[in-house]
Amino acid sequence: MATAAWPEKKDRSLIGKSITRQDGPVKATGRAKYSFDMNPKGLLWAKPATSPHAHAKLVSIDTAKAEALPGVKGVWKDTDLIGEEVRYIGQIIACVAAESEEIATEAAAIVEAKYEVLEHQVIDNDIKFATGRASEQEVGKVADGFKEADVIIEGDYGVPVITHCCMEPHGQVTEVRGGELYSWPSTQNVSRWADRLDDAVGIERAKMHVDCQYMGGGFGSKFSFDKWGIIGTLLSKQTGRPVKLLLDRDLELSIAGNRPSGYTHIKLGLKNDGTITGFEGSVWGTGGGGGYRLRAFPYVFEPKNRKTTMKGIRTNRGGQRAWRAPSHPQTCLLTFSALEDAAAKLGIDAAAFYKKNLNLTARPDVYAEELDIAMKMIGYAKKAHLRTKLDAGPVKRGLGIAMHTWGGLGHASECRVTINPDGSVKAEIGTQDLGTGARTVVSIIAAETLGLPLEAIDTKIGKNAYPASGGSGGSTTTGGISVSTRMAATDALNELLGIAATKLGVAADKLEAKGGRIREIGNAAKSMSWTDACKMLRTGSISKTGANNRTEAQKAGLIDAGVGGVQIADVSVDVETGVVTLIEMVAVQDCGLIIDMKTCESQVYGGVIMGITSALFEEALYDAATGRMLNADMEFYRIAGIKDVGKLKVHMMTGEKYEKRGIIGVGEPPVIAPAAAISNAVANAIGVRVPYLPLTPDHVLDALA
Amino acid sequence: MKSFEYATPRTVDEAVEQLADKWGETEVLAGGTDLVTCLKQGLTAPTRVVSLKAVKGLKGISSAKGALTIGAMTTMGELADHADVQKHFPALATAAKNIASPQLLSTGTVGGDLCQRPRCWYYRNGYGLLAQKDGKSLVTGGDNRYHAIFGNSGKAKFVSASSLGPALIALGATIKTSAREIAADKFFQTPKTENERETVLKPNEIITAIIVPVNGAKNATYEIRHRQGLDWPYVTASVAKTNGGTKIVLGHVAPTPVVVTGNDPAAGAKPLSGNAYKVKMVKTAVKRALAAASNGAKN
Repeated sequence: MATAAWPEKKDRSLIGKSITRQDGPVKATGRAKYSFDMNPKGLLWAKPATSPHAHAKLVSIDTAKAEALPGVKGVWKDTDLIGEEVRYIGQIIACVAAESEEIATEAAAIVEAKYEVLEHQVIDNDIKFATGRASEQEVGKVADGFKEADVIIEGDYGVPVITHCCMEPHGQVTEVRGGELYSWPSTQNVSRWADRLDDAVGIERAKMHVDCQYMGGGFGSKFSFDKWGIIGTLLSKQTGRPVKLLLDRDLELSIAGNRPSGYTHIKLGLKNDGTITGFEGSVWGTGGGGGYRLRAFPYVFEPKNRKTTMKGIRTNRGGQRAWRAPSHPQTCLLTFSALEDAAAKLGIDAAAFYKKNLNLTARPDVYAEELDIAMKMIGYAKKAHLRTKLDAGPVKRGLGIAMHTWGGLGHASECRVTINPDGSVKAEIGTQDLGTGARTVVSIIAAETLGLPLEAIDTKIGKNAYPASGGSGGSTTTGGISVSTRMAATDALNELLGIAATKLGVAADKLEAKGGRIREIGNAAKSMSWTDACKMLRTGSISKTGANNRTEAQKAGLIDAGVGGVQIADVSVDVETGVVTLIEMVAVQDCGLIIDMKTCESQVYGGVIMGITSALFEEALYDAATGRMLNADMEFYRIAGIKDVGKLKVHMMTGEKYEKRGIIGVGEPPVIAPAAAISNAVANAIGVRVPYLPLTPDHVLDALA
Repeated sequence: MKSFEYATPRTVDEAVEQLADKWGETEVLAGGTDLVTCLKQGLTAPTRVVSLKAVKGLKGISSAKGALTIGAMTTMGELADHADVQKHFPALATAAKNIASPQLLSTGTVGGDLCQRPRCWYYRNGYGLLAQKDGKSLVTGGDNRYHAIFGNSGKAKFVSASSLGPALIALGATIKTSAREIAADKFFQTPKTENERETVLKPNEIITAIIVPVNGAKNATYEIRHRQGLDWPYVTASVAKTNGGTKIVLGHVAPTPVVVTGNDPAAGAKPLSGNAYKVKMVKTAVKRALAAASNGAKN
């Protein structure tokens, strides 16, 4: 009998190897069809009409002129919003569907709405705009912590609101045909995208067919059908035609996802030898019009005596959405800036300072091991210098360190594996690949389990018609889909082994599937080929559904939660121009048992690049007077290009100690530390802290002035 | 985007005939890298777009009589890659090359670079070229980190977007149009109303060529930019040194390129609330451009 436990290292033929993602070529050559590429016959283009005011009462919406425009086929208006307040620029109040994109754009522009303009507030970095009560949390007694201290060191730091900036915008193509909805959304939540859409559009849940084979980034912002999902469906219903409704870049950046900002004043108590005795930090920032709370503060290092307060600022900006590792990149920057500033003021080397205080972390041994590896990779011993010893000349080098943590327990998931009499194998699962290599992971697990080559598995993902699998958020996908696939494939295999057992004259529990054969364990002489075994099924396929029961799977060592990571940045800063150049970045990461080394490392590279971008470039800039996002474009909302990211080195922790924990997700962790590491490196290079991200030339020169 | 008539004249005269004598009624299409964006953003809604793509004689770089003549429809990439330009005018080659985007280099034109509209985000977001609201400047009280530190006492606070302007002025170039020849340092102007534009061109006048004298000037451009790929510079400095003296011209610091007159290139700078950092950048850019010119080839 095959069991679900992960095979020993010596028995793994695919797991842990470096395997190229299966859908790489179709994506790279443009053959992969994304939501935007869906053009069902009779397609209409939809364009939203939006509020030009950051805060106003919507008095009326008049779509008569838009409806009269030749080529306009459908109009939707948000009648529920009339008499209510619009709360940010870009809020959708109506939408038109027309024969062409141009007509739809023109029609949306002539939708007439009347407003009573109200006062707006978009400033998020000044605590005086905070509303409501502060939430306060104290562990131990911070006063005692400060009493123990030889020195108290204080600092101010901040991270602005940034956006998800997915390469593919939000939206979908919808078609309502015969009372059923066919939808091609860009989503990280195929199985549950349509949940709760039924009431809004009057179509039964069972009659909603969701299909997302490829998607261009979500990062936490694409779990739900959103307002545009409702509008697109209603316009399809109204017109009887397929409707394409995807956001343009300006709306994408201003309304489809903001990451909350975080500003802080931190007070640290320390012994002269660097021992941290107390921490007090107040944080404020905005999550748009909604609530505000940053989790995990202070970050990684948790002094016994600590106190935090948090206050939100409601702003007339687009709403917040989960952004890859929610809260962590912000609290990492805020905490690690304060930590390295403290080390610098005490004249202690940053790495030595962290090592001294590792007992304040959840996993001291892992961080110690990872820190040593990262230091070796970057050449720390040779390059490191104290902040007081700056390079001569205008271009100055510096190193900076940051660490992170994340959960990553696999989500609930079901997968169906079918073995057919012709030997073919199908794996069907309602997951999606938002870039992590999910399709390839399912194939690897099924192939490994059945002793077949990767190509033998026909993996089907991206439809809600398949067994339900969780949304891809929180680094939960690889763990979830691997277990459900493993369970299904193991069950299916055991049934096949039972059938083969009679023919081979060997008990089923003495059989295994290896190298395309069913054989007696350890005895290749008693074997039959996979196809011969499958032929014995005659006309009846074996089809099994497996599930990831998280608690049991964690107990069984199939999955786990909790990872660490250490990153070190090597930068140069031109103090006459303020330009920060990233020379090198090393990322050391553990994530339990690695299924595909290549896509796993790719996740880390991608996370690091995204983190670098947030460190150097990103900020959603809002204008106080008009309430408008000034850089809702790809011109002044800058994203790192290939020349901006420097040399990147990734090291994954492997070996029994890590692998015995089972699978742990890795999507979020690598994006957390880069900004803090880079900010620390800049401070190390120029001798002063640039307190607020991004590390743009103007911010750097202002800090030096 | 409003529908418009698309004209494809074959000659300069035909092109001029197709152009209205009022700004905005018609627009000129060269590479289209700026115009198409302006059309999409609703910043202009012409009734006719006059394409120069089929107009004869506007492309290419030729050398004669101690000068290089650059056709207005020459792409920025062709300019950057041209051997004579690299040899004689590193200031120009560098300015063009620094646009960095292969797409813009292969599509954007020399004439288009000189006529492109400012990148001021108030302008681009529909608040007008002078960014006025209720009689007040949105720039002064708003986010002006990328705005002017010179020549900003009037309503215009944006910075000239031209990459080539400062280098052409430093090199003493002449801009040839369908109607006349204009010295490069007389080409740019600061508009005082929404109905004016950033150059002295008439609405029905097109640039046909740029003439740059080959006079042995040591020249260079230094640009302070953030991203290594496509990005707008914070500050540029183009310099040209001849026996007659050194000409220093700043870009991206005022509504027009700025010719430096005294010893301190930042003298007279009047930063707004959020762009004092540019003063330091001006000094750095000039220092480095001068050093590059001294090290570089003669023209």
